[in-house]
Formats: sequence, structure tokens, C-alpha cells
Amino acid sequence: MLAISDLHVAYGQSEVLHGLNLSVAPNEIVAIMGRNGMGKTTLMKSMMGIVPTKSGSVTMGGAELARLKSFERVAKGLAYVPQGRMIFSTMTVKENIETGLAAAGERHVPADIYELFPVLLEMKGRRGGNLSGGQQQQLAIARALVTKPKVLLLDEPTEGIQPSIIRDIARTLKRIRDERGLSILVSEQVLSFALDIADRVLVIENGEIVHEDARATADEAAIARFLSV
Amino acid sequence: MFGDYTLSQLGSIFVMQGFAGLILFSVYVLMALGLAIIFGQMGVINMAHGEFMILGAYVTYLTASFVQSHLPALFSVYFFVAMALAFVASGALGMLTEWALIRHLYRRPLDTLLATWGLSLILQQAFRSIFGAREVGVELPQWMLGSLPITDTIEVPINGIFVMGLTVLITVAVAYIIFRSRWGRQVRAVVQNRVMAGAVGINTERVDRLTFGLGCGIAGVAGSAFTMVGSTGPTSGQLYIVDTFLVVVFGGAASLLGTIASAFSISQTQSTLEFFMSGSMAKVITLLTIVAILMLRPQGLFALKVRK
Repeated sequence: MLAISDLHVAYGQSEVLHGLNLSVAPNEIVAIMGRNGMGKTTLMKSMMGIVPTKSGSVTMGGAELARLKSFERVAKGLAYVPQGRMIFSTMTVKENIETGLAAAGERHVPADIYELFPVLLEMKGRRGGNLSGGQQQQLAIARALVTKPKVLLLDEPTEGIQPSIIRDIARTLKRIRDERGLSILVSEQVLSFALDIADRVLVIENGEIVHEDARATADEAAIARFLSV
Repeated sequence: MFGDYTLSQLGSIFVMQGFAGLILFSVYVLMALGLAIIFGQMGVINMAHGEFMILGAYVTYLTASFVQSHLPALFSVYFFVAMALAFVASGALGMLTEWALIRHLYRRPLDTLLATWGLSLILQQAFRSIFGAREVGVELPQWMLGSLPITDTIEVPINGIFVMGLTVLITVAVAYIIFRSRWGRQVRAVVQNRVMAGAVGINTERVDRLTFGLGCGIAGVAGSAFTMVGSTGPTSGQLYIVDTFLVVVFGGAASLLGTIASAFSISQTQSTLEFFMSGSMAKVITLLTIVAILMLRPQGLFALKVRK
């Protein structure tokens, strides 16, 4: 579904991703683990076209994305839940979700979004900035889902969220994958969360994938070693 | 200074000067709306905004002369056509400007300031070359002339009422577009977080271009209204741009209500004081008052309070 090959990304002269290769199959959930500063967020941002790609390719269903602008990538079926959630804080919850409708060419928020996140229906008229962290995370996922994505990118969805909500988010993500048949690429630092949702776990270090495991055979201790400082 | 007048005379003076101030208020509001929208959305300070207004005024003038010589039967309604044309002309030039000039200078506020100032000089010279250096006036249809007597000493001009009605209409329409329409939602999303707006599928460049066009188009309509209260010359726009900035800063950037309140207070002070002292003294007092208030309240009258 999603294939990244030989991706080089740099901030000016300093290269952060050095020829990264990665693929995500249809309906698969892949988790990218790694310590701070190893390139997880840069990878996500470059896939969304927020950080320019120096060389290499990002293809989705065969279509090349590496030269497209952010909104064109969204139209092709890529959706993004950023680190820190990036809710439009002065807009209401409903308006926040509706910003994603432009890409799908629809006028109304589909009912199944509120089915997935009942709390957002309750909070419909509140300003996004006044929601709790976990609610904002659900809002950010809902906003991404209304664009009708084929691949969903999540950047550290568990950051700053209490453990019981983290379990909820894991359950919801698996449900989304099962019901909508999309692929999910998620970057994480919390190993238990990654092992809970992912079919495959990758470890990124210094801009390269250094370790790969299917969940069934994942060696928890080996991955944990990569993550410890 | 009030000693020479009786109480009832003073009352009439305040009402009529207040009304004259409302026409000034209308021009300020329309100008400031456009400026505030553009500044709020893109952080671009458009120094050429006054020239976009004057373009609207010239379009109104051209429409008036054309209708007068070719379709005299329709002269009584030409003003509505002129306003629409002024909006389209200024809006189109605004979009062209955004495409050719502004979009290359985003995130460089000082450069856009210089570039738009240069543009204002270019436009002024273009007006001078095309329409001549002499100021032109627009003839109004019969029904807009004259005034309504309210009491023996109070009369309000009809064109003033018309301009104000127009301003209210446009302000309401802009508020509706920004806060209720789908496009307005996209504008607000881009204002809040440009990068994230792109990442949820909003074409931010197109939103920018349309916003710039809308802001300039409103300035064009302000120009149409302006022809009723002043004569149009190549440099008339410059006289208004500083006042308009004042309105935007005083009101608190990116607050629609603040813009209206500040336009109202500035135009009323200006207009009422002008009756009792010279125009420049009136300006000095207005400016000093604003400076004093801004020192106490640098964020302007109405600043939006939100969690960042």
C-alpha cells in the first residue's frame, strides 16, 4: 500500500534520514519505535510534505507522492495525526472535524465518526482548545478519518495521555483498521502500546531502520534495548 | 469652545457631526475589514490598500460616465452596477498581486511592507497616467441627493444613509462568510495553523489568494462609497491608509468587533472635533488619545483570549 524507498531528508545541510526503506501492506498496522531525535517525526513530516524530501520516493498504491504538496497527498489518501495533536484551538469540535471534509468533497460529518468517538458528539460545540489531551487526540484522529484515507499516519499518539485512555486509543485504532480496511503507520516510544496494536514493529535509529520484527515473533527485550538510553 | 452655542444648537451640532462621522466610519470599516482579513490570514501588511480603494473609486467614476453618455435611462441605478464592478476589479487586481508578488514574500513581513508600498507608488502613477492628475468627481443620481429633515436644525444626507446601509450589509456578509461558510472555516483553519491546515487537505495557497482578493475587493467597494464623500485623485488613497492602520491596531488585530468599535470611536472623535477646531488640531487630539490608550492597552481594544 505504502512504500518508501531510499528516502533522504535533510534540514539544510544536516541530513536526518539516510536512505530509509519501509513498506506497509494493505490493512496492516506498522509501529516505528525509536528514541528521541532518531527521525520518527521527521519521517512522518516528510511523508506529509511538511518537510521537503531531498531524494528517494514515497509511493502509495503505485502513485508517487514525494513531489506533491500536503493537500494533494491528503487527496490521494494519506491522513496525518501529528505529534501534539495540533487541534485548531479556537474552532469548535465540529468545525475541527469539518476542516477535513474539503479533501473528501463532502458537506457533512459522516455519522460513523461520532459512533467511533461518542465523546466528540457530546462536545460538539466546545472549542477544541478546551478539550483534555485524550479528547483532543480523538478529535485529531476523527479529523484525519473524514478525509477518507487509505493510509493513516500517527505520530506518537500516546504522548501526554493517561494509561486508561491509551488502551482506548489502541482499541479504537484496531477497530478503525478492521472496519475501514486501511493501513496504519504509527510512531511510538511506548513499547506495550506498540506491541498491543502493531502487526509489525520496526526500530529506527539515526535515520535508518535497524531492526524489524513481526509481532508474533517480537523479541521484547531486544526492542527494549534499542529504546533504553 | 462650546460657549458660543445654545444647548439645543449644540445638540444639533453633535447629531449632524455624528452623522457625518458615520460616513467616515463606513469608509474606515470597509477599508479596515479588508486590511484586517489580509493581515490576520497571511501576516501581510498591505500598504497598497488605499490604492485598491481608489481603483474602486475610479471604476465607479468610469461606470458613471459610461452610463451617463450611453444609457442615460439607467442612470438612477448605475451605482449598484458600479459597486459590483469595483469589487470585481479590485478583487481581480488583488488576486493578481498575490500571485505575482506577495506569495513569494510570505514570512518576510518587512519585504512585503516594502513591496506593497512600491506597488502603491506604481498604482498611483498608473492612475495619474490614465486618469490625469486632476481629481474627478462622480455625479450622483437624483434620488441619492438631498437630505431628510428630522427636526428644524437637524438634517441627514440621503447618500450617507445609503453608504451606512451598505457598510452594515457588507460587514454582516463578511462575518457570515468567515464564521459560517465552508470557505470561512478553511480560512480560520489556515489562520490558526497553516501547516496543519495543509495536512488535513486544505489548499492553503488557494485560500490565501481568495482571501487577498476578498480583502482588496472590499476595499474597492469602500472606494465606491468614498466617491460620495470625497473627490477621487491618484493620491487620495494615501490619506486613508494611515487612518485605517490606526483603526486595525487600535481595535486589536484579527477581531471583527474590535475593528468596528475602533473605527466608530476614531471617526466620531475626528468628526465632532473638526467642527470646533481646525482639521489638523482634531487629528492631533485623536492621535494623542489613541497613543495614550495604546500605551495602557497595547493589545488593542478587543483582543481574543484563547489557550495557545
